[in-house]
Amino acid sequence: MVEQTLYSITQFYPEIIVTVTLCVIIVADLLTKKESHTTGWILLGGFVLAGFTLLLQVGRNESVFFDMIAIDPFSLFFKLILLLAGIFVILFSVQSRELDQYMNRIGEYYMLLAGMMLGMMLMVSSTNLLMLFLAFELTSLSSYVLVGFTKHSKRSSESSMKYIIYGAVSSGVMLYGFSLLIGTTGAVDIYGINEALAAGTDQTLILNISVLMILVGMGFKIAVVPFHFWAPDIYEGAPISIAAILAVASKIAAFGLLIRFFSISFADAGGISATGAWQGVEGIHWNLLLGVMAALAMIVGNLTALRQDNIKRMLAYSSIAHAGYILMGVVILAAEGLTSVMIYLFIYLFMNLGAFYVAMLFSNKIGSESIEKYKGLGKRAPLQGVALTIFLVSLTGIPPTGGFVAKLYIFGAAVSAGWIWLVVIAGITTVISLFYYIRVVRNMYFYGSESGNDPLQFNVWSNVILLALLIPTLLLGIYFAPVLEFARNSIHLFGM
Amino acid sequence: MIQWLAEPGLTHFLIVSAILFSLGLMAILSKRNVIMVLMGVELILNSANINMIAFSRFTDLGLDGQMIGLFVIIIAAAEAAVALAIVLNIYNRFRSINLDEISLLKG
Repeated sequence: MVEQTLYSITQFYPEIIVTVTLCVIIVADLLTKKESHTTGWILLGGFVLAGFTLLLQVGRNESVFFDMIAIDPFSLFFKLILLLAGIFVILFSVQSRELDQYMNRIGEYYMLLAGMMLGMMLMVSSTNLLMLFLAFELTSLSSYVLVGFTKHSKRSSESSMKYIIYGAVSSGVMLYGFSLLIGTTGAVDIYGINEALAAGTDQTLILNISVLMILVGMGFKIAVVPFHFWAPDIYEGAPISIAAILAVASKIAAFGLLIRFFSISFADAGGISATGAWQGVEGIHWNLLLGVMAALAMIVGNLTALRQDNIKRMLAYSSIAHAGYILMGVVILAAEGLTSVMIYLFIYLFMNLGAFYVAMLFSNKIGSESIEKYKGLGKRAPLQGVALTIFLVSLTGIPPTGGFVAKLYIFGAAVSAGWIWLVVIAGITTVISLFYYIRVVRNMYFYGSESGNDPLQFNVWSNVILLALLIPTLLLGIYFAPVLEFARNSIHLFGM
Repeated sequence: MIQWLAEPGLTHFLIVSAILFSLGLMAILSKRNVIMVLMGVELILNSANINMIAFSRFTDLGLDGQMIGLFVIIIAAAEAAVALAIVLNIYNRFRSINLDEISLLKG
């Protein structure tokens, strides 16, 4: 027992480092002078260090802490992209003008960011339902506070209140689903649940209800229709750096959780087969249900985004649509589907963070998030204008950007698994999405400026970060073999 | 019927928890006061707790159920603390905690 615990700790360094960083930030916040981002740089160092210790886990495929946490290629992939997203969000926050007014409390901001990252890293690796719920709540509780961090703003306060109400209800419903699932199967870890289901159960109705309830909680976190209604309000009210981490990291972590939970709990004895891993539960056709949810997310997200004026709100609806595209890969859940989901998530990280970043830079300078106010910005800020155009083109999925490769793999996997109607809907909605993405570009380039023609000044540092997001977005469109290889090697879940 | 009521078993507890869950959901959907909505959330969390502990007592789940119950109580307390802080801030901004009056964000 002691050996197992001691060994587990050696496999737990990344999480331990993030936790220690959290504690260091609390102390450093007391010691350093206020009005500086020192704590942010400490957190950045912590994330980088955690990333390095993660690389020590390459090739491991085991379960630690008595089947609480899985250390496998799948969790490694997700933790790496989560840390990458976290690092970018810290770099965004350092430059955000929205947070200037709250500099005396900035230590709390980074502390909560560390807590959120810890929760997300545990979300993608936990294999025990209790652990899973605790990680879920750790992420949620930190993000409720972060959304309302700019507390003098009415919008921010309102969005944080809406977030905690919706979030608490959906996680409560999920917990009730867990309790029914635990009761009917008599196991608290997902391997035990799988064994119990394989042995057969006579409680099909309760089992189906419980899985539906669990889907409510997870669907809420990935913001997929019909659990999407919170996303636009929360993204609009939250500081842009927090909206970015919610749209990217929190969504990625929830997908990791969803994939691990469903593919291990409900896999048949053969593991992930060509047709997917949905044979475990009788009754509802789970892949059809998820397919319909994905289709609805694509339709509702893209159609509603058409008439938005606030860029954050538009990106929120676009992220709902993207959740639909990614869910398409989850529906298939065969090896090919999982690979395409991981490629999509990796590319989505760069293009969506990039779009939020340029929105933040513009908001810093012109003090507005309205797309109407973007008129003439293409000439006043050439690099930022071109970058935003490329990010939006990539989000649409037009070659030669990364978004095209991402969509290509997802669509290809869906076609070869026989989900033709889903691909048709996805194709049509992609064309629709072009309209609202291009509207931003049109405003930037084809209209004269209404508020002065002087060029906007950005410092070198902000351009470097912009290029760090822009170059991968472009590069992944033409040279993506390493990512493909990385994703192919990362689909191995422990216990499959 | 009397006999069934006199000997409480797993079913009784599950029925109570299902009723509690429905009441919580009712409160969330019908109440306009934020505090009442949060109380509905507490009902939902506690109904899940009753389930866990009933399963732990009447099936071979063992102590795991009790353990989860303990953790859920802590989570519920943390969530209530955060929620009340947010509601206090809402009151300072809007001078109201009625959900219908707090709607700047829509569309």
